[in-house]
Amino acid sequence: MLKFRAADPLEQFEIIPIVDLHLGSIDISLTNSAFWMLLGTGAIIVFFLLATRRAGLIPSRLQSVAEVFYEFVFDLVRDSIGSEGRKFFPYVFTLFIWILISNLFGLLPTLPIIPHEYHTFTPTSHIAVTFALAILTISIVIVYGFWKNGLRFLRIVAPKGLPLWLMPILVPIEIISFLARPFTLAVRLFANMFAGHILLKLFAGFIISLLATQSFMSAMAIIPAFGVIAITMLEILVAVLQAYVFAVLTCIYLSDAEHPDHH
Amino acid sequence: MSVLAIVSAAAAAAEEVHGAAESAGLPQLDPAWWPSQIFWLVITFGALYFFMSSKALPAIGGAIEERRDRIADDLDQASDFKRNAEEAEAAYNQALADARAKAGAIAADKRAEVEAEIAKMQAQTDAVLEKDLAAAEARIAEMKAEASSKVREAAADAARAVVETLIDEAPTKDAVDRAITTVANS
Repeated sequence: MLKFRAADPLEQFEIIPIVDLHLGSIDISLTNSAFWMLLGTGAIIVFFLLATRRAGLIPSRLQSVAEVFYEFVFDLVRDSIGSEGRKFFPYVFTLFIWILISNLFGLLPTLPIIPHEYHTFTPTSHIAVTFALAILTISIVIVYGFWKNGLRFLRIVAPKGLPLWLMPILVPIEIISFLARPFTLAVRLFANMFAGHILLKLFAGFIISLLATQSFMSAMAIIPAFGVIAITMLEILVAVLQAYVFAVLTCIYLSDAEHPDHH
Repeated sequence: MSVLAIVSAAAAAAEEVHGAAESAGLPQLDPAWWPSQIFWLVITFGALYFFMSSKALPAIGGAIEERRDRIADDLDQASDFKRNAEEAEAAYNQALADARAKAGAIAADKRAEVEAEIAKMQAQTDAVLEKDLAAAEARIAEMKAEASSKVREAAADAARAVVETLIDEAPTKDAVDRAITTVANS
């Protein structure tokens, strides 16, 4: 008699191959994750192509939106790194917009008729993706830091004006906190996306379970339905916020590489 | 009742989560799919970075810069215009003040001239009137003297006629004169 079946909340994170591809022995298949990365990136590129098609003195609507993004990230980079931060601006901008669209597209609803492998998927809900992005940021910090400052870059673990007797305690702490950066950066984004989507699925599952009782209890399904609406709004906020947090922390770490003495 | 139902539904869902996690594990922790995800991340992120750094961002930044320059230029121009207007206003005010001062000076000159003329004409008139007055007074005095001598003469004639009628003897002219003088002086 059970007409409804609540889906497994982890099913949404499953990777489903669409086109099998191999590079030597490495599996680089085009999956649902890759599909949503391509979709998001494609959407961003189309948007910015349209926005800058006739970039002019008097901006079109799309150009105004693009300029808002531009100035938002530009101010962020300039305020945290300074005028030397200009060279990092395209990187931080790409990072911010890529994560933002990945997070937001992950909240799009899926229609029942859509084949399983094209169901809405959030690339940033996978630790492999967020960790790769974090490693990219930290690699830029380390490479640029040593290239710009030489060994003086090591100052970031030994702040200036520190009493000598504090060094043995503080330097290991600073080293550990520096080494923890890629992990915290990766896990923060991944865990937020993961937890949000689990929560959404759980509340949606309650609706199905309550409807499945097919008694007066079915009316109770309205309660988790409101919950789903509220959590969806919260998740939109979290999606934007986490993209912003990732960009802000990237700027702060890049600022360390630019000015290791002002740590 | 409803709370119980939600709790039991939650428990069921949680059990399902637990069961799924136990049977398949978190999809995120399956290393088999890591290379593919990282590969496509590199492709899409790299393409987006290339697009942003070489095309989109310079275009937007250029438009913003151009607008900022244009606004600054326009503001400069506006302040130039304002300064010109202020200069013109000052010149106008100066010219107005000059004209006013000039008009005042001319008016004062004219007034002084007219006053001097009036004074001169008045003096002339006064002189003429004084001369006429003196002449008139002289004539009046003359006429007075004449009149009084005629009155004396008439008095003398009358006195002689009266005396002649009274005593039938004509008095001498000297006696009458003396008598009139005596009467006139008494």
